[in-house]
Amino acid sequence: MNETLLRELIPAVTGVLVRRGADFATAEDAVQDALLRALATWPTEPPADPKGWLITAAWRKFLDATRAQSSRVARETRVAAEPPPGPTEDTADTLQLYFLCAHPSLTPASAVALTLRAVGGLTTRQIARAYLVPETTMAQRISRAKRTVSGVRFDELGDVATVLRVLYLVFNEGYSGEVDLADEAIRLTRQVRSMTQDEEVSGLLALMMLHHARRDARTTPDGALVPLAQQDRSRWDTELIAEGVAILQAALARDRLGEYQAQAAIAALHADAQTADETDWVQIVGWYDELDRLTDNPVVRLNRAVAVGEADGAQAGLAALELVDRAVPRYPAVEAYLRERAGDLALAARLYGDAARAATNIAERDHLTRQAARLNGVVRG
Amino acid sequence: MAKYLLLKHYRGGPAPVVDFPPMDQWAPAEVDAHVQWMHDFATRLQETGEFVNHQALSAEGTFVRHGGEGRPPVTDGPFAETKDLIAGWLIIDVETYERAVEVAGEYSAAPGPDGEPICEWLEVRPFLGSAPTVAE
Repeated sequence: MNETLLRELIPAVTGVLVRRGADFATAEDAVQDALLRALATWPTEPPADPKGWLITAAWRKFLDATRAQSSRVARETRVAAEPPPGPTEDTADTLQLYFLCAHPSLTPASAVALTLRAVGGLTTRQIARAYLVPETTMAQRISRAKRTVSGVRFDELGDVATVLRVLYLVFNEGYSGEVDLADEAIRLTRQVRSMTQDEEVSGLLALMMLHHARRDARTTPDGALVPLAQQDRSRWDTELIAEGVAILQAALARDRLGEYQAQAAIAALHADAQTADETDWVQIVGWYDELDRLTDNPVVRLNRAVAVGEADGAQAGLAALELVDRAVPRYPAVEAYLRERAGDLALAARLYGDAARAATNIAERDHLTRQAARLNGVVRG
Repeated sequence: MAKYLLLKHYRGGPAPVVDFPPMDQWAPAEVDAHVQWMHDFATRLQETGEFVNHQALSAEGTFVRHGGEGRPPVTDGPFAETKDLIAGWLIIDVETYERAVEVAGEYSAAPGPDGEPICEWLEVRPFLGSAPTVAE
């Protein structure tokens, strides 16, 4: 049994403990303990019934932890009386765990950490490495998050939109360390989709797949960004694109549009073009209009200006840009791009320089610096 | 979350608002109280899940550069009069820029002589992160 399959079992095991009467925080600690033991012992002693092994090991840990506070005999009697869990309850419990870990009372970072541990089945060490913080810091972040949600009733119905926001954050973090968070986000979103009927879950899953399919082509081997128009499209994962498009089409057919479906539709139109020149920018502008209506987000209007520039020319793009707040991040980068296409190379070079200084990540800063250097070279002749 | 470097300077930055003597002229108990306070501050940030790393630096350093192919590195200094001298840092991982500023404000209240806050200037610098997956 590989580690991913082991991690698949984690939320269901926590669900069993909670249904048996354990409180979430203690149950989750007990399951993490069982997980660490499984990671250490299963390679040499694989269990016949992995899930049963985890439930037994976690339940013992839970009893050890609570022995001091309550009558052990009473609890054990209750355990013996407990019927084995059925598959339907499993699903409901797992979904409930997602809601709890994404509870609105948590800050985004706490919700992400708790989700990765309690439903993702990652160890604290793995999560700490992925976010480049010490393990003790991450452990505290997780236990504070658990305290925050300790008053939430486990059967309180949550809002799937909060879960999707957390999964989107996990996906966008990409990967560093031993865990690929993008893969992990896709796995978890797939699991949520199997438990719900929400079109936006499908929309987010499709969006993730369509972006993930292009990942290898997005950077050079030494980490430099490759813009969409210059990517080697033969390196896109066509199988993943086909799956994402199929999931999106099924969702769109149900006619309950949301922002993730609209974003995925834009990604699908890019994925659909054999070459950058064949991109259907007119349709993409249409989807940005839908997104703008759905979200009222200035970043959407910024991206829309790029699309308008491609569909109707740089002057039209610059006119669309005038509707955007100049304080929006990446504004100078977009203006630089449109100015270059409009033929104003000196201004574009200066704006690329401004954009590079304002960049919040290294790959983007280096990319923008190269653009500025390229244009300055042309301007100097 | 975003990481920030809170940079302490021996020299450089705006003019100090509290004029206190160098630490080696404080009473031993005042030095102990300062060190303990710093330690407790880091522990508190660990408990809030925001601590990444902290280090103090020696007051003297040497400048080093490449000396040409096959030659040893060229060194210069230490300079007694360097305008900007870094004393140490605290790295935090926090939800917002506002929170980073809040932490820096508290960190600057470390006790000095007579237990009064030293109110030293701290420089808050955001880290450049990794590129988001969904960018276009």
